[in-house]
Amino acid sequence: MQITPKTGRPQPPAADPSSPSAAPKPSPVRAFLQSRGNSAIADRTFGGLMLLCALSIFAIVVLILFELISRSKLTIDKFGLGFFFGRAWDPVSGDFGALPFIYGTIVSSIVALIIAVPLAVGVAVFLTEMCPKVLRGPLAFLTELLAAIPSVVYGLWAVFILVPLLRERVNPLLIKTLRWTGLFEPPNYGIGMLAAGVILSIMILPIISSLTREVMSAVPHAQREAVLALGATRWEMIRMGVLRNARIGIVGAIILGLGRALGETMAVTMVIGNSPIISHSLLAPGYSMASVIANEFNEASDDLYRSALIEIGLALFIVTIIVNALARMLVWAVTRGAPVRGS
Amino acid sequence: MATSPRISTHTRAGTRLWRVFADHAATVAAVASTILVMTPLIAIFVYLLYKGASSLNLAFFTQIPKPVGEVGGGMANSIVGSAVLLGLASILGVPVGIASGIYIAEFGRGTRLSNTVRFTADVLNGVPSVVMGMAIYALIVLPRKHFSALAGGVALGIMMIPTITRTTEEMLLMVPLNVREAALGLGVPNWRSVLAITLRTASPGVITGCMLAFARVAGETAPLIFTAFGNQFWSTSINEPIAALPLQIYVYAISPYDDWHRLAWGGALVLIVLIVVSVALVRYVAGRGVLKGAS
Repeated sequence: MQITPKTGRPQPPAADPSSPSAAPKPSPVRAFLQSRGNSAIADRTFGGLMLLCALSIFAIVVLILFELISRSKLTIDKFGLGFFFGRAWDPVSGDFGALPFIYGTIVSSIVALIIAVPLAVGVAVFLTEMCPKVLRGPLAFLTELLAAIPSVVYGLWAVFILVPLLRERVNPLLIKTLRWTGLFEPPNYGIGMLAAGVILSIMILPIISSLTREVMSAVPHAQREAVLALGATRWEMIRMGVLRNARIGIVGAIILGLGRALGETMAVTMVIGNSPIISHSLLAPGYSMASVIANEFNEASDDLYRSALIEIGLALFIVTIIVNALARMLVWAVTRGAPVRGS
Repeated sequence: MATSPRISTHTRAGTRLWRVFADHAATVAAVASTILVMTPLIAIFVYLLYKGASSLNLAFFTQIPKPVGEVGGGMANSIVGSAVLLGLASILGVPVGIASGIYIAEFGRGTRLSNTVRFTADVLNGVPSVVMGMAIYALIVLPRKHFSALAGGVALGIMMIPTITRTTEEMLLMVPLNVREAALGLGVPNWRSVLAITLRTASPGVITGCMLAFARVAGETAPLIFTAFGNQFWSTSINEPIAALPLQIYVYAISPYDDWHRLAWGGALVLIVLIVVSVALVRYVAGRGVLKGAS
């Protein structure tokens, strides 16, 4: 308990004019204070209560972990590590492997990052370095608004607007021009990995760009002025003075965006196609770890099936914790007044 | 280090031309990416207004869903259900969140324990919502053997805690030490000083945090699928499965019926208006610099 220093009533010496040599009669101030009773117990109780709430956050994380581990024991014991490399997903005969879902999660997240990262950094550069002051507030507000839209609304929009757009316009073009890469093979359903990646990229953009903005603002102004004074153009100033110094923070922001993308459920479930196959084409339907849980958990009739889904959830939980912890550390390293490198 | 040899005294016209070109290209790219990012946002809002507004009518707010095949009906039970769930979530999330924030900022400032709590809160913030729903399913639904509004409320409440904790902490840290010392100097007990002086000074910021957390969980769907489950009928009991707006939007959006699609758009519009209003309110309050008087 580190709460002791502040508990108890403070007794500034000024409040006690009667020195030890004076009469036993307490001063008016002290008499007043004593008439209000001793607050040490109340203070300690209050402090303890606050500590309890703070510790409950630990308890929640530990409880989640414990529940997930104990409820997935069945598949952990039966399949071991092979669970994550198995390609079969057959609830009827009780054969489970998580590889298609892991593949779908990773591929859709990578597609999302490839689309989102350049755009997010571009927005952050525009908002911090180029934008007229009048526009900065509203534009920042709009990007924040993107973060506030619920996943299910993104999903709704994706199902009715984005998927038809991809199916009619974008995908035929991709098939025509980039088929040689092997990534864009017909059939073209509209739904699939690419649709999931695109909607994910829209969803993770705000978080990446707002954090990038934050770390870019943390770069001291002297740094920009120094580079400009050497005759750099504005872009060279941004590249050498700002982006170079903020790069660790930007990597942190990207990893945080990745964490979001890995765990995103509803919008992905609505457009990824939901079939546990591994295909090298981005236009083919797939499945992700979060969406298999969302889709099948309520239908999981027997214990083994449920245990398999919980183990997927456990894996997702651990991976996102690692990814988030890593990202937070990187962002902190920059925004917490770490010495600016290169100056 | 920051100056690479590229910016030396090159005077050759080609190099200068290239540098000017790169500068302009970068500007164009940044502007283009900003426009590209704004496009989907505007598209989403336009479609929501266009498709949602046309399906909103009195029945939407007063009726419960019609059986499959019948046209009409509304989402009244989902709106009420969402209110019940969010109320439950707030009862759990707000006090615990604020109290943890107070602990980190006031009692354990700078100690290893409070740093760890802060870090755990950040980690909890990143836990996928579907995993949260699954954990609550294992914790509450399985032992009680039925879906319930209570389980949904707990799941949402836990998801509110990290956001509230972090904002409360940040806001309390902005309250100057003088204010605390003045209160303690007057002989106010520490707990009262924290609640009535420090927390009160920071209250606009703390409320902002609560609203943000509220807005975030208001649209959560994934944790409700296995906890609140949804309900086609009226229910406000916390022991019964309960309908929720995001859940209903999801069910309707993936259904094959045009009329249900229409209702999904209407529901999405209502949800978005709710969230945007609360976020805008928050920005308005925060933007007025409520804490300026204190610092």
